[in-house]
Amino acid sequence: MSNAEKHWEKTRSLLFVTLAIWFVFSIGIFLFAAEMNEVTGPFGYPWTYWFTCQGSLGIFVILCFWFANRQEKIDEEFGFNERGDD
Amino acid sequence: MIKGKFIDNLPKVYGIYTGGFIGFIILMAIGEQMGMSAKAIGVAFVAFTIFIYALIGYLSRTAQADAYYVAGRQVPTVFNGMATAADWMSGASFVAMAGGIYFKGYGYMALLVGWTGGYILVATLLAPYLRKFGCYTVPDFVGTRYGGNLARLCAVIVLTVASFTYVTAQINATGTIASVALDIDFKYAVYIGLISILLCSMLGGMRAVTWTQVAQYIVLIIAYLLPIFWISNKMGAGFFPHFMLADEVARIGELEQQFGFVKNSAADLATVPKGLAGITKAHSAVNATPWAFISLALAMMMGTASLPHVMMRYFTTPSVKAARKSVGWSLFFIFLLYSSAPMLATLSKLSLIDPTLSTGIIGKSFAEVQSIDWFQNWNQANLMFISDFNGNGTLELNEFFMGGKAVVLATPEIAGLPYVISGLVAAGGMAAAMSTADGLILAIANAISHDVYYKMIDPKAETAKRLLVARVLLVVIGFAGATIAAMEIQGILGSVIWAFDFAMSGLFFPLVLGVWWKRANRQGAIAGMALGLASSIWYLVWVRTGGSGFLGITQLTFGIFGAAVSFVAMVVVSLMTEEPDKATQKMVDEVRIPSGRTVTGK
Repeated sequence: MSNAEKHWEKTRSLLFVTLAIWFVFSIGIFLFAAEMNEVTGPFGYPWTYWFTCQGSLGIFVILCFWFANRQEKIDEEFGFNERGDD
Repeated sequence: MIKGKFIDNLPKVYGIYTGGFIGFIILMAIGEQMGMSAKAIGVAFVAFTIFIYALIGYLSRTAQADAYYVAGRQVPTVFNGMATAADWMSGASFVAMAGGIYFKGYGYMALLVGWTGGYILVATLLAPYLRKFGCYTVPDFVGTRYGGNLARLCAVIVLTVASFTYVTAQINATGTIASVALDIDFKYAVYIGLISILLCSMLGGMRAVTWTQVAQYIVLIIAYLLPIFWISNKMGAGFFPHFMLADEVARIGELEQQFGFVKNSAADLATVPKGLAGITKAHSAVNATPWAFISLALAMMMGTASLPHVMMRYFTTPSVKAARKSVGWSLFFIFLLYSSAPMLATLSKLSLIDPTLSTGIIGKSFAEVQSIDWFQNWNQANLMFISDFNGNGTLELNEFFMGGKAVVLATPEIAGLPYVISGLVAAGGMAAAMSTADGLILAIANAISHDVYYKMIDPKAETAKRLLVARVLLVVIGFAGATIAAMEIQGILGSVIWAFDFAMSGLFFPLVLGVWWKRANRQGAIAGMALGLASSIWYLVWVRTGGSGFLGITQLTFGIFGAAVSFVAMVVVSLMTEEPDKATQKMVDEVRIPSGRTVTGK
């Protein structure tokens, strides 16, 4: 397998992991919205309410930066990193 | 101003700008104490900020194609994040979102999840790859990846339909705010809004829009957060509302139990002015089925990843790596406002309905409510209304009606904040609507000037002529949008959501599969775009004309149907026709490698 193919394979696995986490917090948990809202969560808000106004949103922010860092590591590993301009 | 130097000095330049803006707020506050009228403060805020944006727009003027289309590809990540956040957060996010949450509660908050979660799709599936591609516009990517003018034209059409739907709503919002702040007729205010929008973008294209959007983000975020923190502190709800409103949320639940949601008769409701609503849904309780919530969130997420005016912001970063990071920053800056909207809705609702608070009006006598200053003001502005349906002389929860915009615009006044805050909020709303309108008009004008005029009609055109065409189109599209906005067909939020549905129906799969599926070919992409858009329009018309719809897909989520049709059409047609040629496959391979020159060779 060529260098580029290996790079793409790793990139694709990272995509699947990222999208799996994304799926859980954008869709998965809201399947149980009614049950989850009965339980008190962070800062005293009901869990579902907290996820819709802060939790999921905040997780997306962290996930986005985490993804960018992981992808940079993969790029470096295969020598596809760009010269530092950011 | 030397360009290189300007880029190096960005933190300093915008630091001074932010300081200057805060100074201006303080100056206005002093002016208010010294007897400056409310109207003068409103005019000063809107006029001063628009003047600054126009100045930035003028200083960023350019005659180079690269600067005009993609801001010279040198916008640093954090600043591109701010610009994207302003580009993204429209008049709807700023003015209507808290109102929507106030009235509809949980079901409506699907938009918060959808409008942030979509950025994960942008970051993972599209932005870095389109940046590597090195295109000027989104249809440019479609046209080069799939080849041929027809594919390019289809992409331009989808882009135009989606963005134009969106832009009329934004011009409408600038008109609404300008008409309130400057106290002029809406029909004229729309054009004042339009001229301010064009002042920002006409001379400098993407470069000017980038630097004005950063300035607009700073204004809008200050204008959104300052009142929330102030109100929360004033009410004694907590100095950091985001972490401290659990008691208030619970208290609203208690009051809802106590008052009950009394259903008004149709005859009673007919007397309520158009556009106003009462509280009929629980604030924090789950009041939507999982599918209603999830389908709306999903439609908004896929729409986010298909809207060209957002995607093209990531064409302006210096590298692929920077494009990825920049998505994270965009999301962070958006998060600051979106996580605050539910807090504002909570504070606003509690201050109005809690009889134990001095601002609460439910349970008071009609005569008493009618004598309150702020009630009279907003009643006159057609944003508040009360009517004694049961004739007991006391205001009940079901007898109080408010416009969605009032939650953002009127809450500072209700909570007893000085008028300077209301002026600030007007400037913030104006900034939010202007920045989005600029991004949208530019996306349409660039697509038509670059993809239709330059790539199809006159490929030999010189830069000067191309940019002239681009600017003329900018003005024409702006005026077309303003003319439709002046007719006031749709509410601000309705048309915004439609834009997402149109965009995802036509563009989501052709863009994503263009990167992630080598086998996708021209015929498939054309089928995907054409059938996706056509089926979504058909579904919308069908539901709007009394059709029952299926699978619980409504006129807010019809993009799910369109995108499904688009996906099936694209895969089936691609597999039925021959695979793309070697050159195209090699191009896809190159897109997937972040380093090196862009695919288009720049």
